[in-house]
Formats: sequence, structure tokens, C-alpha cells
Amino acid sequence: MNKLKESIGWIAVALAGAIAFAYIALNRGENVSAISLVVAAVATYFIAYRYYGLYIANKVLSVDPTRMTPAWKHNDGLDYVPTNKWVLYGHHFAAIAGAGPLVGPVLAAQMGYLPGMMWILAGVVLAGAVQDFMVLFISSRRDGRSLGDLIKTELGVIPGVIALFGAFLIMVIILAVLAMIVVKALADSPWGTFTVAATIPIAIFMGIYLRYIRPGKIGEISIVGFILLIAAILLGGQVAASPTWSAMFTFDGKQLTWMLIGYGFVAAVLPVWLLLAPRDYLSTFLKIGTITGLAVGILFVAPNMQMPPLTKFIDGTGPVWSGSPFPFLFITIACGAVSGFHALISSGTSPKLLDNERNAAFIGYGGMLMESFVAIMALVAASVIDPGVYFAMNSPGAVIGKTAVEAAQVISQWGFVITPDVLLQTATDVGEKSIISRAGGAPTLAVGMAHIISGALGGKGMMAFWYHFAILFEALFILTAVDAGTRAGRFMLQDLLGTFIPSLKRTDKLVPNLLATGLCVMFWGYFLYQGVVDPLGGINTLWPLFGVANQMLAAVALILCTVVLFKMKRERYAWVTILPTCWLLACTLTAGWQKIFHAKPSIGFLAQASRYSKAIESGQLLAPAKSVAQMQQVVLNQYIDAGLCALFMFVVISILFFGVRACMKAYALNHRTDKETTFEALPEGASV
Amino acid sequence: MFSDLAKMGKYLGQAAKMMVGQPDYEAYVQHMRLTHPERTPMTYEEFFRERENARYGGGSGKCC
Repeated sequence: MNKLKESIGWIAVALAGAIAFAYIALNRGENVSAISLVVAAVATYFIAYRYYGLYIANKVLSVDPTRMTPAWKHNDGLDYVPTNKWVLYGHHFAAIAGAGPLVGPVLAAQMGYLPGMMWILAGVVLAGAVQDFMVLFISSRRDGRSLGDLIKTELGVIPGVIALFGAFLIMVIILAVLAMIVVKALADSPWGTFTVAATIPIAIFMGIYLRYIRPGKIGEISIVGFILLIAAILLGGQVAASPTWSAMFTFDGKQLTWMLIGYGFVAAVLPVWLLLAPRDYLSTFLKIGTITGLAVGILFVAPNMQMPPLTKFIDGTGPVWSGSPFPFLFITIACGAVSGFHALISSGTSPKLLDNERNAAFIGYGGMLMESFVAIMALVAASVIDPGVYFAMNSPGAVIGKTAVEAAQVISQWGFVITPDVLLQTATDVGEKSIISRAGGAPTLAVGMAHIISGALGGKGMMAFWYHFAILFEALFILTAVDAGTRAGRFMLQDLLGTFIPSLKRTDKLVPNLLATGLCVMFWGYFLYQGVVDPLGGINTLWPLFGVANQMLAAVALILCTVVLFKMKRERYAWVTILPTCWLLACTLTAGWQKIFHAKPSIGFLAQASRYSKAIESGQLLAPAKSVAQMQQVVLNQYIDAGLCALFMFVVISILFFGVRACMKAYALNHRTDKETTFEALPEGASV
Repeated sequence: MFSDLAKMGKYLGQAAKMMVGQPDYEAYVQHMRLTHPERTPMTYEEFFRERENARYGGGSGKCC
């Protein structure tokens, strides 16, 4: 009877999803509600979890609920703690969710919402969630060790080192691209700049309170911090309104770049309790709260989609980023569909907290489904605003011009009819001077969120507040990521350099610390600066590099999973990881190749370099460069980007080589060769 | 009913702390008492600082 009830329940979920999909697919009218996207997505998640996630758990991996997990075996109440599955779910989700799933879908919306939605759903079910779950499982069967360690023990030392080197490069690109999102959002925005700058003294105050006044009381001080943040947003409005104050907080992209580089250096050298930790508390709670608020807002307001399901830019000529849907759509949306970075989290703290293998699917597979849902909400937020506004915000100035009149004219010619007044009015509504060419996802998302949330709370008069709230919320956790990432990069670098000069390995000494931090900041600062001055707006260069890098890390993690399946002699199930690996390799290698060699300067780095070289030879000046020296800089930047892209391809191809070799070796043997820790039974009554 | 609510509140508090890398202090003390009765457990303040350093000082990366 219960079985029958369960079946009926699942049939109902499947039907709801099918109806929602049919409605989206067949509706050619104006009024597709965002709710239908949400229903289709959620139904997909439930079905995928029940029928694919649990299939992987029970059949492919055959998880063993009687096996002792590292949390029990090494329980120390600190790093290794058996944790309730809901509590761990929250921890895991907070660790994997960042700016990525919010930005990629916004950029992808230039092709319409349908292609992005299909990839987010297909990608998460077949690739992203599979990767997160399997890495969590593999790590938890190896005392919770890290991805680099796992590759070293299962594939060999050389691939392990190559993967670590790749992870460092990826970190550099991630930091640059995240910092660029902040720069794009804050350029010429005194309101935004003031509120984001105000987070520094607020965080320091919280840090001192937590250290000396009432140590460890995170809850109360986070509430105080939150109130101060809201006050900073309100005060920011006053700052923007006053001519003298607004002049003090108005900076262009280049100035903000230098400030961020300086900030990154100082923040990474300061003690963690002073700035990094307290701001992380704020940003984590704000992140979870805002995501929940956005979900409630979408359900409550039920906005209609304004963006068409498919736009004419499906042919690859879009202004936001260049290139055809294959492979570029699949690397533009990385987080939310599949993100290699999660493999580092799934082999980080989460496996040390897992109380029972039975819950690994819920944490790993389920956690990634939630991240995918965040991506769907970002796609919705970008699609419920006027498409004309969307394109005005996301196209580079070189394409649509600098004024509302020019932009409205160009965009209307594309078929997205818009008047200059609407652009100006939108800017006034959100309390900014201009919204034109604010690429990078965050401002668009902020307009979308302001649109949705103000529909539920406060009406049009509150739009400026909600816009700056959304900008602050993104900037807050991006800056936390910049601090933490610079610090992590510094440790990686000290480790790497230490193999050559042992004295540099001392992480507690000031000189090696400053040196490695400086180098790390210089690396990401270089890419950030180059992105900010890039002729095509930076997103066009850096975001594909980031996407390629992130997906390649995912391919590396999935190759590891495949090798482990072969070594466990479960190769008959290895299609579960081989399929997404092949797809990711096809996407990233094609994209990498095209980014280097494509004949169109907007896509290929070398083509862009030669365009500028030729212009230098013939004595022409190509905008936005203002001198020959600047043009030479552009040429050099393009060569460096091409070189970096080639390095990423080298990393993934060499891991593929070692992976195939390990699989063949394991296949030829008739016994298991994986390096799992030996089975120990979970003690009687061990549960949380 | 009320005990369920109290339980839920406790889990929510634990989840919020775990999100920023602070495991349950009571569980730690309990663990120390059961398995290492000869050692004095850290005070909450020491425990908090130890965890804060472990989360951020080691340079673990944040996700994108």
C-alpha cells in the first residue's frame, strides 16, 4: 500500500514537471510565467534525485550504511564530527554556492532563457551533481582527503602535481573574474562604492567585538552587522544625492581596480579574525537569506518572462559574449550546471562531517541540485526585466555607444524595441546615473531582483534600495572570496616555491608571507586590470577562460571518479562518469581551441592580437587604446591569454592520458586495486 | 509539539554555525569527556578561536 502511495506521488511530480515543460515549450504567446520554469526545474530535481542520484548511490557505488565514516573514526569534535544530515546539507550548500551560479545564467540569457535552462537542468542531473556526490563518496572512503591527494594516490604523483598546478591557475582566473564583477558594478556608482566600502569598518568592528568584547557570540553580532549594513545602504543614498560626498566616492574602473588590488593584499595579510572571518559570517548569512528571499519573491510575485525563449543571437553574434552555443553556452554557464571547483569542497570539510554513507547522495547530489536552483532563479531574474534594458546593461560600449540615445537606437535595431527614456528611467529608479554597459551579471541580476522583490515589498519607491542591497550582497561574498582565495593562493604558492627554496615554505614568517601574497595579488591583479581595459569589455575574455578552467577541473574530477570505478572493478557502471567526462572534454577542448585559434577577433585571442599588430604596423589607432604602447599591451595580453588557455588544455589532456592508462591497467587485473581505507563497521547505535 | 519545535530551533542554530565552520561546542565537550577524560576541554572562547583559525588560517579556498 505504501509502495503504491509512493508511486502515485512520483507520478504526480513527473506529471507536474511534464505539464510545466509542455507549457514553456508550446507557449508562443507573451505570457510565460516564471512559475512554470520553477515547477519544471523542481520536478526535474526530485525525479533526478529519486531515480538517478539514488541509482548511483545503491547500484554504481553501492554505499554501505554499516561502514564507519571518517567522522566517527577520527571524531575529535573539531574537524571530524558526525553531523546531522540537514545541518551538513546547510554547511555543504553554503560552501559551494557563490557568485558563479548567479552570473553565468545572466550572461547566457542573451540567447533567450530556453538554451540556458536546458543546459542547467541537463548539466546538473548528468554531470554536476554526479561529480559532487562521487567525489564526496570517494573522499569519505579515504579519510576525507583532498582532491589533489586523491589524484596522487589513485592516478600517480605526476598527474597529482599537474592537477594542483591547474587548480592554482584556476584560482587566479576566478579571483580576477570575481573582482572584475565588483569593478563593473561599482564603476561610477557612488552609492554602491560607499556601501561596499562601509562593509570594511563594519566587519572590523564585528571582528573586535568577537575577539575582545563578547568572544564567539556570532549570532548577536551578525544581527548588529546586518542592521549596520542596511544603515550603510540607506546612507549610501544620501551620499549619492550630495554633490560633494558623491564626488568622493565616484571612481572609474581603473581606479577601482587598483583599490581592489591594494585591498586584496592588505586583507590577505591581516589576521583572519579581524576582517576575513567576521565578513564571512555576514556574507554567508546574507547569501542564504537573500537566496531564500529571491525564491519566495518569485513564487509570490509570479513575474512573467519578458525575454523570448530564443533570441536571434542563438547564431553566435550576440553582444554580451561571442561564439556559437556549442561550445560557448556550455562554458558560460559553469556553476549551476557543473562546477569543478565543487570537487575541492566535496573533498574538503564535508566528507569529514558525514555521519553515514547513506546520506552522501543527499549531501552531494542534493546539494548541487540546490545550487542549480539558484542558477535557475538567476536566469529568471535576468529574463523578467525588459530585454532592451538587459542588452543595454550587458553590451560593451564599443558596440552600443555611451549614451542612452545611442544605445536605445542600436538595441531597437536588433529587434528589442526600447526608448532612451526607459533606459534613463530605469537608471533613476535604481538610483544610478547610467545603467549602460554594466556587464558582469551582478548589476543585471540586481535590477531583476529589485524588480521581483520590490514587487513583493515596498513597490517602485524601494527599487533603488533593493538594487543596492543586491549589489552589496554580491560584492560582500565576492570580496570574501577574494580575501580567502588570495590567502589560499598564497599557501599554494609557498608550497610550490618551497620545493625550490625551502625557506619560503615557512607560512608563519613575515617575508615569505608578504612575498607570496604579493605575487598572488599580482597574478590576479594583472588579469583583472587587463579585463577592465579590454576593448571588448573584459567579460568576453575572462569569463570564457574561467568557464573553460572550471569545466576542465570538473573533467579532471570525473576522470578521477572513472578511474576509481575501474579500480573497484565496477567498470560496467563507469558510463555514469564517462558520459559527462566526454561531453565536458568536447566542450572545453573545442572552446579552448576556438579561444586561441578562431579567425574572428572577438573570439580568438591570436586573431585579436594580429588585428592589433597589423594596426600598429600601418600606424592606425584602434579603440579603446589611446597610444601605440597601449596597443602593444593589448597584443601582449592576448598572447598571455592564449598561453593560459593552452596550459589549461595541457592540464586536462595529460590527466586524461594518465586516467586512461590507469583504467586500462585496472581493467586487465581481476581484483580491486583502489586505495580505499579498510572496512570498519559502524559501532552499534552510532547515529546523530 | 513544543519539544519538536525546540529540537528544530536547535538544529537551525547548529546549521547556521556549521555554515561558517563552527561545529557544535556541546558535542565537542561531550566527546572530550567520553574519550579523553584525562584532558581538560577547551573553553568555548578557545574552541571558537581554534575553529576560526582552522577555517581561515589554513587558506582553504571559497567557491566561485
